[in-house]
This record gives sequence, structure tokens and C-alpha cells, in this order.
Amino acid sequence: MRNFISERAHEIPPSGIRKFFDLVLTMDDVISLGVGEPDFRTPWNICESSIYSIEQGVTSYTSNKGLQTLREALAHHLQERYKLTYDSEHEIIITTGVSEGLDIAIRAIVDPGDEVLIAQPSYVSYAPCVSLAGGVPVPVECVEADHFKLNPDTLMEKCTPKTKALMINFPNNPTGAVMTQGDLEAIADIVIDHDLLVISDEVYSELTYEGSHVSTATIDNLRERTITLNGFSKAYAMTGWRVGYLCAPKEICDAALKIHQYVMLCAPVMGQVGALEALRSAEEEKNSMVNEYRLRRNMFVSGLNRIGLSCHVPEGAFYAFPSVKGTGLSDVEFAERLLKEQRVAVVPGSVFGAGGDYHLRCAYAVSRKKLGEALTRMETFVSGL
Amino acid sequence: MDEKDLELLKILEENSRLSAREIASMTSLSAAEVEARIHALEDAQVIRKYTTVVNWEKAGNGEVSAIIELKVSPERDYGYDRIAERLSRFRQVRTLRLMTGTYDLQLLVSGKNMQEVSRFVSEHVAPMDRIRETATHIIMKSYKENGNMLFSEQEPERLPYSF
Repeated sequence: MRNFISERAHEIPPSGIRKFFDLVLTMDDVISLGVGEPDFRTPWNICESSIYSIEQGVTSYTSNKGLQTLREALAHHLQERYKLTYDSEHEIIITTGVSEGLDIAIRAIVDPGDEVLIAQPSYVSYAPCVSLAGGVPVPVECVEADHFKLNPDTLMEKCTPKTKALMINFPNNPTGAVMTQGDLEAIADIVIDHDLLVISDEVYSELTYEGSHVSTATIDNLRERTITLNGFSKAYAMTGWRVGYLCAPKEICDAALKIHQYVMLCAPVMGQVGALEALRSAEEEKNSMVNEYRLRRNMFVSGLNRIGLSCHVPEGAFYAFPSVKGTGLSDVEFAERLLKEQRVAVVPGSVFGAGGDYHLRCAYAVSRKKLGEALTRMETFVSGL
Repeated sequence: MDEKDLELLKILEENSRLSAREIASMTSLSAAEVEARIHALEDAQVIRKYTTVVNWEKAGNGEVSAIIELKVSPERDYGYDRIAERLSRFRQVRTLRLMTGTYDLQLLVSGKNMQEVSRFVSEHVAPMDRIRETATHIIMKSYKENGNMLFSEQEPERLPYSF
């Protein structure tokens, strides 16, 4: 029998933490800071409205773009909250999570051989999605000295005549870095000079702890060359509902919609109903979750610095990204031994690409009690080195 | 009162056993500042008491509670205040509120058993001057008290790692 696996599928690198996964399954009493999702339950009013809709028989396909009511509510929300202007009829697609939005955004714009710059450390699926579309992922390293923001000079160096797009994610997974208005303006000129498109994954936008989130498409002259991706997973603790959205100027949106309608048809209707309820009346619930993350962040980051793992204060998302340089271990060694010896699971930073090595991603989306216990265990581990 | 005080109150309302040092690590205050602010809030009686949410049903002391609705004729010059304060002084009255709607005062009353509660209502509450009508509702089971769910929920399963 011949090998049926496509070259593309074959060439995607396996997950960098497979062995951690296997290891953790054999252990008890592990505190996992490895999970990139809220530990809260979805606010009840969201669940209840979705349950009710199922009882009412709302179980069919929706329009490819998603429920009109949801798109309208979203357009209003984006305007009010982020000063983003998108037409609900032609510029918004409800996607099956941001993951799908990412995939169709890339496939809508990337031709074989196109280079796509990826600000790294980054979410693990960006580069594989570019490769799957036939593009060439090119990492642009964000360094600790810049608080993991995208540095305009570094960006400029990576631009070539083949560069088509730039992918960014702020607030950032895994570093928690955010880009201010000024930071974004500094890269805007380069983007425009090189005639690039920006794919801006803003799924952590609601989890911004200092000041307010600035959306890439609100920067002068960037709207027409930006695809904004966002979703409900992180802000409303709705990871399993799989609802995200893609916003872009009509021409780009139309192209993405063609792909979406063939590969996904539409996002699950129950999720869309829940998302609508989230926009209508879960503001309080969202705020109280965000406030709790803020308390945990302060507690956890000050704890990390106290035990000798230096960590910049992440201004968004729910990840701390401490350095292990002072310990003499690599991030992979540190994470593996910490798991084996003290039963705390964290993700080695190198998994997230350039700039991630010698760091750990610790998600503080766990209870304060567990965070406190994790800190105690980490302190025992570090002081035993 | 400022934003920091409100933040402190929210943290304490959720868990009043946190130490000043723990609270300091979560906020931008030092432990000494946290202590000073808490003292000030106590002095101003914004913080009334530190207490514990107990699931008495689980503790199994057999205590009985009832909601009692009272229709009351208000007093000239005092309205409901004097009678409400008078009722509040009884140990058995755990909560007392003035309500809009078909009745005036709502009492949450607790006692060792049904007899004690009914004796209290019939001997002390109902005969009191200006009380025109009482309605007693025995609490059969409590599911949520002061924002705290009293039934156990399973923790949802999460993957050990996700990106």
C-alpha cells in the first residue's frame, strides 16, 4: 500500500508538548497552569438562553455569515467598545471559533510562495495554517527587552518583496503583551510602505488590565488592509461553544465567506444564540471575571518575581511568561522537571516559536488557591536547583 | 471610600480570611496599607462583621427557618422604624426588611425546631401592637444563600494542556 498522507500534512511539525501530555496523564494531583482557557463556567444566562432555543427547535443551519441578529449586535458592540466600524451585512462573518476565522483569513489572501510574517512568540497554529495554505511563515521575534511588543525595526528587517501579510495577536498568547495606540502606529507605516495586509487576532481584547484595548483596524489607514479576528471564548468563558468572528472590508470578507461556506457552512446555531445573549446581557459577568484575572495576575506575577523567576507584568490575556534563564535550565528541562518533581504543569516557551525559549507560559486562569499552591511548589523546585 | 476600598471590600466579601499580605499581593497596595484601610472600614462600620457561610443542613443541627410576612400599621412620626427595631432585637430574627408590595416587613426567623419557631411567632410577633396580619412560610430547603450555592457542582473536566 502506498503512503496516503499528503506531503503538507506530513510536513506539519507535531505538537511540541506531546510528551508532557502523555506524562501528565500518568500522574495524580497535578496543578495545571497549562490550560489556555478560562476556568469559569459560561455565565448561566448564556447557557439558559441557548438551552431554551434548543427547546424551541432552533437547531437548523443559519445563514453562511451567521445569524443576522448576532451580526447586527456585534457591529453595534464593536462600534461602541472599540470604535470599529463594520457593516453587519457585508463585513462580518460568524466563524466556528477564532481558529476557523484564522484559517479562512489566511486561505483568502495567501498564494503559494507568499511570505507571511508572524509576530512571535505566538499561538501555535499560526505557522501551520500559513503552511497549509501554501504560504511561507516568517517569524518576527518579539523580545523581552521590548516587553514582547512587536518592534518596528525588527519588522522592517523581515519584509521582502514576497511578504504579503503580517499576523499579530495582542493581547498576546503566550506573553500577555499588549500594543498601545503608539505601538501600533509605529508599525502602521511599515505595513503601508510594504503594502501588507494585517491579520489581527484580538481574542484576548477584553482581557486588558491597564487602559483599554486598541484595535488594529482603528489605526489610520489600516482598516482597509486589516482582517480583525475575535471571538467569545476568552471574554465570556465560552471556549467549547466555538463562536468567533471575522471582520474585514467587503472584498476580503467575500473571499473568506466563499471558503467558509464550503468548509464550515455556518457556525453552530446554539453557539450563536449563546453569543448573542453574551453581547446583550453578560457585561457584568464578564467584568467580574476580568477583575478576578487581574487579582490573580497581580498575585501570581509578584509571587514569581519573589521566588526568583523574573517576569514582566503582562498587561493582557491570562498568561504570565517568566524567564528561567537564571536557573541554568532550558525551558523544556525546567517544565519537564517541574512536572515530574513538583507536579505543576506549565508550557515551555519555545513551543510558541521565536523569542519563547528560556521562558514558561503559565496560565493563571485557575483559582487563587491553586495558584498559591503552584507558587509554593515552584518555589520548592527553584530553591532545590 | 475610594476605588481601592471598594476593591478591598469585594475581595473580603468573597473571602474574609485572606491575610493582609495575600491581599497586598493581589492589589497595588502594601500589606500595611491594606491593614490601615481595613481598620478604617471597620471603624466606619462599613465592615460590620466577619462571618462564615455555613450549610446548616449539612452540619445537621436540625435548625428550622421561616420567612414571616407582616402587615403592620405604621406609627405617626416613626413609620415602621420603631416596630422594626423592636422586632430586630429578638435573637430569633436573623434578617428583617421593609418591603414594597402586599405586606410590609419580612423576617427571616430561625429556631431549634418547628415548635420554637411557631411559639416565637404566636407569642412574640403576632400579638405585638400594630401588627395586623402574619403569614409564616417554613423554609424546606436552601439552594443558595447570599450569593453562595449550597449544592455541590462537579468541576468540569479540562484538558491538562491547551494552547
